[in-house]
Amino acid sequence: MNRLILAFVLFAALAAVPAFADTAMLTLVARAMIFALAATSLGFILGQGGLVSFGHAATMGIGAYAVGILMEEGVRDALVAFPVAMAAAGLFALVTGAISLRTRGVYFIMITLAFGQMAFFVTQSLSAYGGDDGLTLAARSTVAGARWLKDPKTFHYVVLGLLAFTVLVSTVLARAPFGRVLAAGRDNERRLRALGVDPYAYRLVAYVIAGAFAGLAGALYANLTEFVSPAYLSWHRSAEFIVMVVAGGPATALGPVLGALGVVLLEDGLAHLTEHWRIIFGPLLVLLVLARGGIATLLVGRRDG
Amino acid sequence: MTVLKRWRILLEPSRSSLAPLMTLTLFLVQMLNGLQLGILLFLVAAGLTLVFGVMDVINLAHGVQYMLGAYLMVTATALTGSFWLGLPLALAAALVLGLLLERLVIRQLYGRDHLDQVLATFGIILFVSEAVRMVWGSAPLAIPMPQALSGSVRLMDGLNYPVYRLVLIGAGLGVAGLLYVLVTRTRAGMLLRAGATNAPMVSALGVDITALFARIFAFGAMLAAFAGAMAGPILSVEPGMGDNLLILAFVVIVIGGIGSMRGAFVAALLVGLIDTLGRSFLTDILKLVMSASAASAAGPALASMSVYVLMAAILFFRPRGLFPAPA
Repeated sequence: MNRLILAFVLFAALAAVPAFADTAMLTLVARAMIFALAATSLGFILGQGGLVSFGHAATMGIGAYAVGILMEEGVRDALVAFPVAMAAAGLFALVTGAISLRTRGVYFIMITLAFGQMAFFVTQSLSAYGGDDGLTLAARSTVAGARWLKDPKTFHYVVLGLLAFTVLVSTVLARAPFGRVLAAGRDNERRLRALGVDPYAYRLVAYVIAGAFAGLAGALYANLTEFVSPAYLSWHRSAEFIVMVVAGGPATALGPVLGALGVVLLEDGLAHLTEHWRIIFGPLLVLLVLARGGIATLLVGRRDG
Repeated sequence: MTVLKRWRILLEPSRSSLAPLMTLTLFLVQMLNGLQLGILLFLVAAGLTLVFGVMDVINLAHGVQYMLGAYLMVTATALTGSFWLGLPLALAAALVLGLLLERLVIRQLYGRDHLDQVLATFGIILFVSEAVRMVWGSAPLAIPMPQALSGSVRLMDGLNYPVYRLVLIGAGLGVAGLLYVLVTRTRAGMLLRAGATNAPMVSALGVDITALFARIFAFGAMLAAFAGAMAGPILSVEPGMGDNLLILAFVVIVIGGIGSMRGAFVAALLVGLIDTLGRSFLTDILKLVMSASAASAAGPALASMSVYVLMAAILFFRPRGLFPAPA
């Protein structure tokens, strides 16, 4: 019940933002919500499935590039471009996931990182679409020919609606038998196998779904910035998504959303404070990790040594 | 512009002057360049695989230790006015910083979840990269080439190769040999191998495991710094120079088998050669089977994918790498 209230308050607050925010504020909040959407998709595989994917920015970037490339080729409508973006990102997740999911633990982290980096280098060598410098979009996508997304407020509500939809899907999937199998594989793979269930196919499907939603986030992000570049796929961004998920609390539906909003707003606040904001953000991150289990363990150490 | 691209530009002799008959020479030059990249990768991957193999810690900050080595070398050579005095000074500084980092952060991460280690070491990357920007600035810096090594030697007809690069390859091979002796023939190496197999048992037998871990970590940091310091005179020293090398080092230790020094060596040379040769010849090879414009478009993309495809292929058949460390 508490969670429902939290969700209601959170989404009501986000829905109220356009009433008082200026354009710069709206852009910032839209960015935070788009990252929240991507973080939610990562949170599903990381929290529910225990799969620490270190290449999530790549799937998001592929979604962004799908929109950019289609627009360059004259396909401007979101009703075509967004599904294509999701499909492209999902396909990438299917191929790389099929290989990566054969491994576990630290191997999985490194392999997803390497595949993400591979996608990064490929976008960098796309000289027809801007290469290193990225690609500026002619305009935002149209929706069935209408230029709705151009208006910042409409765009805000579109992103909010899709974010709510993503959170809903992740909640429903987590509670379905599908999500139960994923959680069981995370907690005790051996027991799950003894029950006659091979988690591989479940994980792959979850990985593809998460990739497709990250692709959706990428399509939105390309529209927000009206620009796509290889930097969208950088492994720093993948790491940031993991930070968002863990800071907010994985294995909860709203955790990644709160984490993403928190991280984006904190980064923005620190960046206003000093151009060297990373010098503060880095140690904060270390403290966040070391303090898990309470500030007290940080000061006096764990009792069990 | 990425490190690798710059790498390529710096390493390649100008292509326009090359007659078709000189392809063999070009191939040999690229082999040497690939070997060189492989050696640097090994120096970075060795520390990474040591720290993972013995302490079970995944250290993303290893790339910034490579970068820090190059920056310390910039300052050390400027202070002493000599490459040869600067190098030990930079290495000593890197060792001290490695010990400090272990004491402050890494020590808290032993036995923690890999996810925690990823996050904390990512925090270190952000901090160190920014600190480097604040201290040394964002503009690329250069380390002067030592006078004695600045010439080039004639290896065969039409093939001149810079002495410094040969020395780099030799030094890397020397370090690899030294590591081999250290790990297999000395008491420190024995403790290291014992620690990797069963750390609690080593501790129970009266070895100060905390001090052992700290030394191994700092040693790995020093190896990475050595790679950075040696690469300094041929690459430009800039923030972010460690990032791409770190990812390639991950590819190397995944291919070689995490925790295996031998695997790291073989995989590093393999990755260095395939990456370098792919970048210089793949476009030309593709031109044999497709139109020139299609090959020019696909070549660079495929070349940048080549090492990852290699990794995927190897993992498909051997999910634990070429030389899996005993579990």
